[in-house]
Amino acid sequence: MNPAVYVLVAAAIFGIGLHGLLVARHVMRKLLALNLMLSALFLLLIVVPASIDGRPDPVPQALVLTGIVIAVSTTAFALALMVRLFRRQGHASIHPDLDPTLIGQRRATKRKEGDR
Amino acid sequence: MSPTSALIGLVFVPLAAMLITFVAPPRWRRALALPAMLAWPLLLLMLSAEIARSGAIGLVFGGWMPPLGIAWRLDALGLILLWVHALVGLAALPSAWHRFAPGTPGSGAFWPLWLALGSGINLALLAADLFNLYVALELITLAAVALITIEDSIAALGSAMRYLLLGVLGSLMYVLGVGLVYAETGSLALPGPGAGAVNATALVLMLIGLMVKAAIFPLHVWLPGAYSSAPGAVAALLSAVVGKVALVAIWRIWFAHPVPGAETLALLLGLLGAVAMFYGALMAYLQTRLKLVIAWSSISQFGLFLLLLPLANTAAFQGASFGLLGHGLAKAALFLAAANIVAVLGSDSIRHLPGLDRRMPIEALTLALAGVTLIGLPPSGGFTTKWMLLQSAWQQQGVLWLLLIALSGLVSAAYVFRILALTCFHPVCRAVDRTHPRPPLSVSLSALFLALASLLVGLYPQPVLELLGRAAPGVIG
Repeated sequence: MNPAVYVLVAAAIFGIGLHGLLVARHVMRKLLALNLMLSALFLLLIVVPASIDGRPDPVPQALVLTGIVIAVSTTAFALALMVRLFRRQGHASIHPDLDPTLIGQRRATKRKEGDR
Repeated sequence: MSPTSALIGLVFVPLAAMLITFVAPPRWRRALALPAMLAWPLLLLMLSAEIARSGAIGLVFGGWMPPLGIAWRLDALGLILLWVHALVGLAALPSAWHRFAPGTPGSGAFWPLWLALGSGINLALLAADLFNLYVALELITLAAVALITIEDSIAALGSAMRYLLLGVLGSLMYVLGVGLVYAETGSLALPGPGAGAVNATALVLMLIGLMVKAAIFPLHVWLPGAYSSAPGAVAALLSAVVGKVALVAIWRIWFAHPVPGAETLALLLGLLGAVAMFYGALMAYLQTRLKLVIAWSSISQFGLFLLLLPLANTAAFQGASFGLLGHGLAKAALFLAAANIVAVLGSDSIRHLPGLDRRMPIEALTLALAGVTLIGLPPSGGFTTKWMLLQSAWQQQGVLWLLLIALSGLVSAAYVFRILALTCFHPVCRAVDRTHPRPPLSVSLSALFLALASLLVGLYPQPVLELLGRAAPGVIG
């Protein structure tokens, strides 16, 4: 198949993931979006060099393999952090209003936000 | 011991100690981590002698050539940051030793993570190709986020989550750029051939990714929360070294990839740095917590370091690199002092600062001395930085940059003097209360030592500047 198809699909998945990451408030949704973006990235890394060279190139595959290992451990760590955040604050969402370091601190944290 | 084995030790000694402390029973971990922490400066001394002699040390692992193999390279710029790391690590040791004694909450997790962070930082400064830099930056981010969560508060967990999500997004952008560079050039080496639209796109993607990690305006949103809710020793290391590792990567990648339209992009990034300088200083001035003042000041100072991109000559490179030293030491001193103030007063709200000069004179002195470096008054390390940057702008007739650099000292003075005035000259002086136990003297003195060091490096900067001057062609071309 034409490699351009893979590139376009990767770009589309990347865009969907970026949208989800920026818009969603629940950490679980953000993590799913981030993993979508990572999948798109790995797809792109495998396809783009091959489309230039012709024969399979070992370097991008080594990069993607390392990338997958890092992505899996980061996701696992983020999930554990999310569970701890949920236990402490009663919900697992992140929202600018809930940032305790903004100037009007504490006021915002009292306002409970429902999970989205 | 040869310089290359010292180079390997720099990464593998903390890595091995991390594994050992990870499997050891929690009550032994602190003692087991100590030898690795003390070995660092010795290895660095040996490497410094070699760098002074030959300029740079390179290493290729197992005869596997890049891009499939792994290559390391250390030059004067990396060496400066390694020294900041070693000095701050040593000075933060009493604070960490006291706070994470066996049996205290978080002490079991702290020591392996602390060593992992150290190993990651050293690796990032040695990596000679784009992908190993990515691996090292991920190791740093994961260890740093985990260290922030040791303080088990909602603020710390929320800030850590923000830092993690943005950090992963940043590294994603960075790897996308790296992938494009490889597709275009077939190489991952740091001084890669540039030019072409794909390379320009790759450069912008890599810059965005690294700017998130370095917390450069407008991608700084995670920094104030993360730095202000971390334990003292962790905040010291984060502010002194972690952001700067990404900043150094920005410098290196920028000058290694000459792309079309680079002049406009450099002007844009310089203006971004200028906005960061003033916006960061304004926010620092408005904060009501001491740690947040210090955190916002970092965002302001990083704007100054970004001016290297438009100025781009040897004097600017010397000044900005020397600034890593002065600013790193001063910022770590401030965070260690702030942690002591929190330990004694129970809060870092600036309402508690009046009368601090009598209750905690060492901490008050630390705030003052480190503040001198932040403002850039002579004879501090900060002054040397500003002087070299001003010289560089003068040589190039850059009136705009000249004005901005001169003004940056003024706005830093605003937030530093606000804190000092509250500490020393406020009429309300509260009575001495002894409700909270005072941290040991060594913890206070180590912060003071860092503040003094940040001042003293400015007294005799010539050897370091000379070393950096010789390394300049290798970095800024």
